[in-house]
Amino acid sequence: MNTLRVAALYLKVGVLNELQYRVNFFLNVLQALIQVATGLIVISLVYSHTPRLNGWTEPELLSLLGVQILLGGVIHTFVQPNMERLMEDVQKGTLDYALTKPEDSQVLVSVRNVRIWQLVEVISGLTLLGVGISRLQTSVGVLDALAFLVAILLGAVMLYSFWLVVTTGAFWVVRMEHVLELFEGVYQTGRWPVGVYPGWMRYGVTFLVPVGFAVTVPAQAATSRLHGGTFALAAGFAVLLFAFTRWFWRFGLRRYSGASA
Amino acid sequence: MSAVPLQQENRVRAFAEFYLATARAAIAVQFQYRTANYFYMLGMVAEPVIYLVVWSSVARSSGGAVNGITAGEFAAYYIVWTLVRNMNVVFGAPFWEWRIREGELSGQLLRPLHPLHHDVAYFGGWKVVNIVLWLPIAAALTAIFHPTVHPSALQIGVFCVAIWGAYLVRTMFQSNVGMLNFWTTRGAAAFDLYMATELLLSGRLVPLKLMPGWVQTLANFLPFKWTFYFPIESLVGDLSTRDLLVGLGAQALWVLIGLALLRFTWRAAIKRFSAVGG
Repeated sequence: MNTLRVAALYLKVGVLNELQYRVNFFLNVLQALIQVATGLIVISLVYSHTPRLNGWTEPELLSLLGVQILLGGVIHTFVQPNMERLMEDVQKGTLDYALTKPEDSQVLVSVRNVRIWQLVEVISGLTLLGVGISRLQTSVGVLDALAFLVAILLGAVMLYSFWLVVTTGAFWVVRMEHVLELFEGVYQTGRWPVGVYPGWMRYGVTFLVPVGFAVTVPAQAATSRLHGGTFALAAGFAVLLFAFTRWFWRFGLRRYSGASA
Repeated sequence: MSAVPLQQENRVRAFAEFYLATARAAIAVQFQYRTANYFYMLGMVAEPVIYLVVWSSVARSSGGAVNGITAGEFAAYYIVWTLVRNMNVVFGAPFWEWRIREGELSGQLLRPLHPLHHDVAYFGGWKVVNIVLWLPIAAALTAIFHPTVHPSALQIGVFCVAIWGAYLVRTMFQSNVGMLNFWTTRGAAAFDLYMATELLLSGRLVPLKLMPGWVQTLANFLPFKWTFYFPIESLVGDLSTRDLLVGLGAQALWVLIGLALLRFTWRAAIKRFSAVGG
């Protein structure tokens, strides 16, 4: 309970800190608009040459893009800034300041920074999702909406776990600054249904880098295409991945010897 | 020592020596960071592979080809894309932001040469490392995606020049955008706009043949397509000898236009500069 209170307090301070920089809000709105426009152009380009992509119609793919941007916004707001800070701390040796605190170290390194203005992406993603769903033939039920919410949450947990596992690698590799580009590159695979990828790549983006699960499953839920089995698999995988991440973080910590803070 | 102005001949030699020495230093340094360079290059592979997979899927569902481009030709396009993309990494606008913010520029202004010379020479040397590291990536992608490509000797020759042309064109225009950093510390939105325009009009997203006619016409009047579409097509497309040579000419023209523009923007920008740290 105390851990949760500390985490909430950290987040609050982070938000207050960010709220000072108001111009960043407009900057993020502009960037989000560019991102959405580019995404829409790409989709309309693809569908000007084909009516269906791997069984997905245009409104369905629009919803997928919405989910990808939404989830990307969550990651950019809460996860990425913390992971960047963690990498920097390992390089500079300043991680010791976090480790010597009495609270759970994994919680602490995960809540120290927050880029609140990036939430603009969540809004633009939701808008796209709304437009996509409104153009669908079928209607979305309460159960679908509920499944969607849970699936988004699971997706965020999976992507957070993936990020933390990779960042924990900094205990061994130290120089990790290009990982950010690697993640952004791979995250773009989530804009398209996992089905379009050839066999080995599909497994890669589903299990190795869980973008497929994280993005496609909520999009399927929102467009009433989700099977119960897929949902259960995603939930099981999220729990497993989170447990592994926790173990791996502790394993990495034992390996970490600090670097003259 | 007296400050006698260098003779024209000595000036040229001094420039050549500066470029060679800087490029050699870049090669030596970047070869040491092989692993970091590889991470970076692998991250860049995701983007073309996504495009390739999507368009191959579209090609398959519409009877083997989109606008006459087959899956094998898409593979060829996007595999060559990976090299061209690497050639297109230049000392761009975000680097200018860093250079000004961290006070790096102050020291560089004291040198007798314009910082652009250093940028072109250093990144030029780095390219040599990129090209060597790219070969295994190209081999792997070729084994996976089976590209269709039959270049002639002339095409290969033009390609080898065109990738360096693309490098110079992009250097000039990115540097011009980089000058924005002298006026604002929040150039990010402007860079994003520039990158989105480039994505759509350069052939980075799709071969321009797939774009609507008016987009192709628009692209003809802008520098972007000479940095992606032209170098890629010079190797994998079926451009005539005339088109190939005109393309190289267009690249040269855009480098000159970019340089002229930069002379103007740099003068305006440097007046605004007040040193930071150093």
